[in-house]
Amino acid sequence: MNKVLMKGNEAIALAAIKAGCKCFFGYPITPQNEIPAFMSEELPKINGSFVQAESEVAAINMVYGAGGCGVRVMTSSSSPGIALKQEGISYLAGAEIPCFIVSVGRGGPGLGGIQPAQSDYFQATRGGGNGDYKVPVVAPNSIQEAIDWTYKAFDMADEYRTPVMMLIDGLIGQMMEPVSFENQSCKEFDRSGWATTGTKGKRDPHIINSLYLEPRDLEIHCLKLQAKFDLIRQKEVAWEEHNLEGAEIVAVAYGITSRIVKNSIEKLKEKGIKMGLIRPITLNPFPVEAFSNLPRSVKSLISIEMSLGQMVEDVKLASCGKYPVDFFGRTGGVIPTPEEIVNYIEKLVKEGK
Amino acid sequence: MTSQALIIAGFGGQGVLTVGKLLAYAGMVAGKEVSWMPSYGPEMRGGTSNCHIMISDELIGSPVVAPHEATSVIAMNGPSLDKFEDWVAPGGHLFINSSIIERKPKRSDIHIHYIDANELAKEAGTMKAANMVMLGSYLAISKVLMEKQILDVFTKVFGEDKAKLIPLNEKALNSGKCAIENR
Repeated sequence: MNKVLMKGNEAIALAAIKAGCKCFFGYPITPQNEIPAFMSEELPKINGSFVQAESEVAAINMVYGAGGCGVRVMTSSSSPGIALKQEGISYLAGAEIPCFIVSVGRGGPGLGGIQPAQSDYFQATRGGGNGDYKVPVVAPNSIQEAIDWTYKAFDMADEYRTPVMMLIDGLIGQMMEPVSFENQSCKEFDRSGWATTGTKGKRDPHIINSLYLEPRDLEIHCLKLQAKFDLIRQKEVAWEEHNLEGAEIVAVAYGITSRIVKNSIEKLKEKGIKMGLIRPITLNPFPVEAFSNLPRSVKSLISIEMSLGQMVEDVKLASCGKYPVDFFGRTGGVIPTPEEIVNYIEKLVKEGK
Repeated sequence: MTSQALIIAGFGGQGVLTVGKLLAYAGMVAGKEVSWMPSYGPEMRGGTSNCHIMISDELIGSPVVAPHEATSVIAMNGPSLDKFEDWVAPGGHLFINSSIIERKPKRSDIHIHYIDANELAKEAGTMKAANMVMLGSYLAISKVLMEKQILDVFTKVFGEDKAKLIPLNEKALNSGKCAIENR
């Protein structure tokens, strides 16, 4: 296979272009600047459009405009920038506009810091926009997986007419790994039934809108959005299982943290402690199924995150009280070491938890 | 070869990220699993800069070199030695650019290699190649890749127009190797 060494941010941008993305709108923020930089260089070459907007709010509304015209479109930002985009994301979900949003997490709250963090799990999976809406969220843990899911995310966005978010962190954005763009393809979608491409006097206008003043109409619309998300839950949920056979403790970790946990698992093996891993790849919908048929050996779960405990709530919901759920996390841009996770698990085991 | 967990650190302009990228790229072409993780942020502007590199025959878990687990550290300047001396695993290797680092490391449980990198680079043609001298020394000890494998990917990383710089970089790599072999 023909491999190249690429930064996560650049690889996502290139995958987006290969997946047919024609427009990018964004505003600079560390640690995701390589995405807009790459797009500003490459999109003009394929007659696409790159606009550095005056703000994140403007950028997400430009996404609304281009997406409404049926163009494959994306934006990217980092934590405080994604916060600013929340209103637009709610409108995009309400108006059922396909688009791809990349969130490259850094420490927060507020301006926070610029080092990698996973403290935007709630922001991504719950969303900060108003109304009854849900946005699918995927969280790759390698650059190859980020590429693969960029293609899939664009297809999902079109298939379900929804914004799709990819949540990574500064580490995946900045690091380089060997990747391949071979064997990737995207589906064709007919957008002629809804996109605002001009009536040319031959059909009724298509209207891209999220305003429903009649309560029953809005309820029907929300139920439709809900049904769509239920379908996504049935068809698109993804997770990885690692070392579950015979495991006493199962760690739940996503993104870069899952790779740190894999190192911890190896170290724990040497100490005679069997730990497995469930790695949610889709964070929303959360892979609830992964928790229903765990081996009998499993005594407890532990959510390990670069936050002070956000996904842990979904782990508790998914495991329905069947197991005690513990938590370990570092935040603010501090990356946990495999060793400190090992120490924490050892302590748990000694205490008989 | 056992897995390599390497930190290359120096000040902005010493080419620590670049030489790391070259090594990672060569590792990839050699069919190994590799990752390259740069420091990013304000410390890069005139301050210290570093990258973590993993090279392994097996899939790489964390791309972050954990404290006390670096198989090697290349310290190009004083602040880098201060910051990363403790990161070297017991029995690991610490490569010190002795042209500008005056202090001696405190550790006694690791292998320490003093390389007069700036001077050797000057002799090879330009002081800018000090990073390549250090890489040459690192390769001589780690045996993770051959010099030729590095030079073979040179234009892939830097572009065809930089092919003219290959002889100079070959000299720099070689003098780094000789600095180890002729001690």
